[in-house]
Amino acid sequence: MMSTAASPERKRLHPHKFAMWVAMGAIIMMFAGLTSAYIVRSNQENWLEFSLPPVFWYSTIIILLSSLTMYLAVKAFKAREMPRYKILVTLTAILGLLFGASQFFGFFYLNGHGVQLLGQGSNPAASFIAVIAGLHILHVLGGVIALIVVFIRAYSSKIKRYNVTGIEIVSTYWHFVDILWIYLFIFFKLA
Amino acid sequence: MSNEAVLHANVEGATAHDAHHDHGEHHEHHHHETFISKYVFSMDHKMIAKQFLITGMVWAILGGLMSVLFRLELGYPDTKFMFLQDILGKWWVQDGRITAQAYYALVTTHGTVLVFFVLTAGLSGTFANFLIPLQVGARDMASPFLNMLSYWFFFMASVVMLSSIFVETGPFSGGWTAYPPLSALRDASPGSGRGMDLWVIAMALFVVSSLLGGLNYIVTILNMRTKGMSMTRLPLTIWALFFTAVLGVLSFPVLLSGFILLIFDRNFGTSFYLSDIFVNGVGALPNEGGNAILFQHLFWFLGHPEVYIILLPAMGMVSEILSVNSRKPIFGYMAMVGSLFAIAILAFLVWAHHMFVTGLNPLLGSIFVLLTLLIAVPSAIKVFNWLTTLWRGNIRFTPAMMFAIGFVSLFISGGLTGIWLGNSALDIHLHDTMFVVAHFHIVMGVASMFGMFAGIYHWYPKMYGRYLNNTLGYIHFWVTMAGAYLIFWPMHYEGLAGMPRRYYSYSAWESFKQFGGLNQFISTVALIVFAVQILFLFNFFYSIWKGRKLTTQNPYGSNTLEWTTPIRPGHGNWTGEIPEVYRWAYDYAKDGREFIPQTTPVDPNETNH
Repeated sequence: MMSTAASPERKRLHPHKFAMWVAMGAIIMMFAGLTSAYIVRSNQENWLEFSLPPVFWYSTIIILLSSLTMYLAVKAFKAREMPRYKILVTLTAILGLLFGASQFFGFFYLNGHGVQLLGQGSNPAASFIAVIAGLHILHVLGGVIALIVVFIRAYSSKIKRYNVTGIEIVSTYWHFVDILWIYLFIFFKLA
Repeated sequence: MSNEAVLHANVEGATAHDAHHDHGEHHEHHHHETFISKYVFSMDHKMIAKQFLITGMVWAILGGLMSVLFRLELGYPDTKFMFLQDILGKWWVQDGRITAQAYYALVTTHGTVLVFFVLTAGLSGTFANFLIPLQVGARDMASPFLNMLSYWFFFMASVVMLSSIFVETGPFSGGWTAYPPLSALRDASPGSGRGMDLWVIAMALFVVSSLLGGLNYIVTILNMRTKGMSMTRLPLTIWALFFTAVLGVLSFPVLLSGFILLIFDRNFGTSFYLSDIFVNGVGALPNEGGNAILFQHLFWFLGHPEVYIILLPAMGMVSEILSVNSRKPIFGYMAMVGSLFAIAILAFLVWAHHMFVTGLNPLLGSIFVLLTLLIAVPSAIKVFNWLTTLWRGNIRFTPAMMFAIGFVSLFISGGLTGIWLGNSALDIHLHDTMFVVAHFHIVMGVASMFGMFAGIYHWYPKMYGRYLNNTLGYIHFWVTMAGAYLIFWPMHYEGLAGMPRRYYSYSAWESFKQFGGLNQFISTVALIVFAVQILFLFNFFYSIWKGRKLTTQNPYGSNTLEWTTPIRPGHGNWTGEIPEVYRWAYDYAKDGREFIPQTTPVDPNETNH
């Protein structure tokens, strides 16, 4: 059982990429914890019913678009079309920031329509939206920062480097926070 | 080698740090390594392991000292300890007696510190860092930088937690589980204000630390193994540390989500956990619609896996040490891996057994009873395999081996009372009594501590190139072993008689007067056991500089890869190529040979397993 000769070299996933996947597992667990807390609480008394702000639809479109630009950016990078890559990465980062802003508009909209998110007299139903969506915004911002780091790195040294690992890890993460928002949006709609 | 290929590929897109690190691997270390880069902000997994270990030891002493203080109060409620008042001040000791607020602060901090800072960071932080790269055959962790961050997040968590002890209103004192409303309302108790702020910040930092660490451990084990090191050839230490890391990465985020909601309740006026509360001196609170039990669900969803995060590394190290020192292969390797896996799965499905008396639906409770009792199956498999590994072995009773055998003994004793507590019907009587205290201290606290001691005694020569003193080691073992039973065995009887835990004083209670003498006895033994730990501490630090020198590469005749490195390995572990692996880690007493290291190619005439 233990006596076979050494196996031939396997193609292994880059360890940093793999680390990203494990980290995404951890993030999923955090949001799973929060959304299951939401379910547990929503089945009890004194739960405020209200409809989600319409601007969340725009957020969803924005983040979907950003995933598209991210995908194209990686494609451009692999084709070594650096000017295109530059534009697309910048666009992706801007869309990320726009998404955050649009989510905040959603929060203000709720507050303006009598659904208090935080502070005295707020109902957990609304606070949950603020905390969960707020944490998600933080994760998107983390992605924007990562984009900026990868972006600067590609241009900081005199030698042009075409290592695709960094940008691929960021793009995986970017699509992940995108899908995460879609999940949260559907969850809030249905739950 | 795939490792090297990966590291080389890294250089391309890597920062200056990585390049430096990669360079250092291939030569003996001669280029400037400053004190700061070698001992402080080190990226060498072996140094980070020692940092985790020594920080953990500092916390173990502090946490142990706290337990001695509150044991003094429990054992000698009528004695005046005026000298303590002179040392600690009036907030902690008044009229020579530990104050009630100090007592609760001590109990809370003792629990938090021992569970998280000593037995999570100090145990798996130390040995995952130290053993994973050495035993899988890697130069370092997948990301040495994240690994360094993991330690420094732990260090920051330690500083914040330590500072909470010196706050005017005292540290948090609502129990290590931090249930709301005590943890959510600033006015609920003196420690619920600033003390709790610091507690929750420290714990958030700690969660970040263990996530960064766990990430690295998983990736290193799955991705950085040397040529020939298939998963089924891994030593059981690595399997155990792997499942530990998986548990941590999947359960700590849930705890974090619970803490985030708690922070919002504390600071932003939300009502996730609060409803219908009246505080003395403040009046009725406006918070409506919250649910305190929700926190318990989120907490115990981490809290129960946390028990195994603490216990699994000890199990892994004990398996390895028992096999090496019995000069026999581990009995039932695949069963050992399978039972570790089963424990890791069940760990996520039993959290509500901590909540039997919260008004949980009895039907749900009975499902959790069933799942909880199922854990007895893999646990029993492990115990059976440890005993059969020892059976007719050529046993060498080194201090590490003594502690490993001690672990098995404690695991059996503490595990059996787990079967009592896992039954919801019995738990109605036993919950929150000294019986619970006795159970989890033996099975999780002391047993894991024994695993940790076994690991330290066993791998100390690899860490520092010198041996610990054996005589001091035996004294340390016997006193701790006897002490552990003398302290916690009597607590079972107290608990069965209904004596509740977490009470400051029992003196007003006629029914518990009979335990006065017993409590005195327990406290005295606790003091002695604590003193012996100081002896260990002396042994540890004395031997770093003055211990007997290690003169051979492989002092135990061990098969695993860490003993193929130089006596004092540099950053990068092996001076030449990373050795290739041809067999599993447990070829002891095979074909008339005492041991066959994993690096020995398989002889065509060798018998098969």
